[in-house]
Amino acid sequence: MTSTVDTKADASRPAVPSGLVTVARAPGWVRYALLAVALVVALWLPNGLYPAVAVDILCWALFAVAVDLLLGFTGLMSFGHAAFWGASAYVTGLVAIHAGLPFPVAVLAGALAAAVLAVPIGYLAVKRTGIYFAMVTLAFAQMVYYVANEWRSVTQGENGLQGVPRELFGLDLSDDYYFYYAILPIVLLGLAGAWRVVHSPFGRVLVGIRDNPARARALGYPVHRYKLTVFVLSGFIAGLGGGLFAVGHRFVSLEVLHWTTSGKAVIVVVLGGIGTLWGGVLGAGIVVRLEDWLSFSGFEAIGLVTGGIFVLVVLLFRRGIWGTASALALRWWTSRRK
Amino acid sequence: MTGFLQNAFNGLVSGAFYALLALGLAVIFGMLRVVNFAHGAFYMLGAFGAYVLLSEAGVPFWAALVIMPLGLALLGMALERAFIHRLTRLDPLYNFLLTFGLTLILQDLVKLRYGVQSSPYETPSALSGSVDFGLFDFPTYRVFILGFAVAVCVGVWWALTRTRVGMVVRASTERPELTRAFGINVGRWVTPVFGFGIGLAGLAGVLAAPMRAVNPLMGADLIIVVFAVVVIGGLGSIFGSVAAGFGIGLVQAWGEAYLSAFPIVSQTIVFIVMAAVLLWRPAGLFGREEAPA
Repeated sequence: MTSTVDTKADASRPAVPSGLVTVARAPGWVRYALLAVALVVALWLPNGLYPAVAVDILCWALFAVAVDLLLGFTGLMSFGHAAFWGASAYVTGLVAIHAGLPFPVAVLAGALAAAVLAVPIGYLAVKRTGIYFAMVTLAFAQMVYYVANEWRSVTQGENGLQGVPRELFGLDLSDDYYFYYAILPIVLLGLAGAWRVVHSPFGRVLVGIRDNPARARALGYPVHRYKLTVFVLSGFIAGLGGGLFAVGHRFVSLEVLHWTTSGKAVIVVVLGGIGTLWGGVLGAGIVVRLEDWLSFSGFEAIGLVTGGIFVLVVLLFRRGIWGTASALALRWWTSRRK
Repeated sequence: MTGFLQNAFNGLVSGAFYALLALGLAVIFGMLRVVNFAHGAFYMLGAFGAYVLLSEAGVPFWAALVIMPLGLALLGMALERAFIHRLTRLDPLYNFLLTFGLTLILQDLVKLRYGVQSSPYETPSALSGSVDFGLFDFPTYRVFILGFAVAVCVGVWWALTRTRVGMVVRASTERPELTRAFGINVGRWVTPVFGFGIGLAGLAGVLAAPMRAVNPLMGADLIIVVFAVVVIGGLGSIFGSVAAGFGIGLVQAWGEAYLSAFPIVSQTIVFIVMAAVLLWRPAGLFGREEAPA
């Protein structure tokens, strides 16, 4: 069956601004320099910030990149990614508490569970595009939220899962500073995986689907299957982040499944820059840091600030920070070479 | 049998709220191609406004029922001109994100001023008590809501089919390109229709005030159910949104009554129905499949 085209607008306008840099066109040395800077920042981060905040930034970077795989590179805005982030947090927590396995194993189990959950949700959601896709994913995520809320014997309902252990072969990781370095390789692996996906032939097909689904279909690509595959991949990466988040906080609350968590993930991506991967990481750093600072200052209406950022970015700054910066840098670079 | 009918009645009452909200979403979507995430926040503002009017100015329910929808319609029109209008030519997702941001802001503004506790709102005295229908009796207020909501839906339906503005709205909801091709100035009706849809949400909010807990988050979870309702009904269809609204209210009430042994199922039945509809008719029960571009 062919996919339904919901509105003229959906079909004719891609979900991301045109002319967006999706595959780096910067010269090789710039990319290596950026990568080197990013690695140095990643290694230094818990020395400059509260280590707990640094841990959150890593988890949210994975979440944002997972959302951006869909939004930026496939043109699908999932507004229900908390389902995968949260489901993995719960499964990771349960595995860690009840089986006492090393935390990377628990996180892997959580991420796999998120990917499995992404199969039926994705199968149904990719039947719609554009705004409907957002609504359908949001609704299914709410369903997962209700299930977690009602299934008290497993999830402890509103009390949440307490005391998620940070077991790693007897290593003492109770200090967030050391825990940060324990999870850094996992996060870098996840980010590298997302980069690999985007820069593979598979990723090119995704961008083709985003820009012109009808043409991709005419060329013989099974559009639904591609969308479902990237949806499941994205669920897995979001799950990695959610699992680490659960171990990082040693606690899983229902909030991980709430729709505002899904919305926050989209804010992070839009603020950083849709379709840029780097932008998601940067956005995660800014939003997590900002929220920590706001809650530390005793300001209670964090939604006022995040909502305000959202409105301003959507109105004035649609390419986001990384998108704007890289577009400017690229313009400068090309004008210099002429 | 009595229980069955009683559940049906209660289902229709909650369906009335879904229908009013979905109806507003549908006309807004039709004219602006905007899925208004802030619809639930306006519903909350309607209820909160009624509460503030009564507790701080002594304005009774009946006056609030007129003042709040009108006031919110004006606010909605202002927001449309200030924000949404600027994103008309962009992907609809941007307006979805914008209204999401507005939702967070509106919720937090109310939360800052009034806290998160629920505020009590007395049922107006003329509507307290219950009506005896022979086999069973129902709270008068609920009978009133149901009658009122049905009257509003019928009235809107009448306006859509019998007035010139209504025909423009309907035509541009269902065939936007064709309507423009006929030389009808669709743009002129965009702002008033947005205001009208917001007014309906505010009206639902005022109606909800005496029956549901008035708090800053009351619209947040409701709007997601309403999104599921419009996916079920077909967002392009005004009739579908209303029919699905009442239908989902019924399904939910019966689900809660007869599947109470399985709380996970009864709490998520709306989304289960949505999944089934997506499998069977991805465009929704009353939505029209458009030809692939």
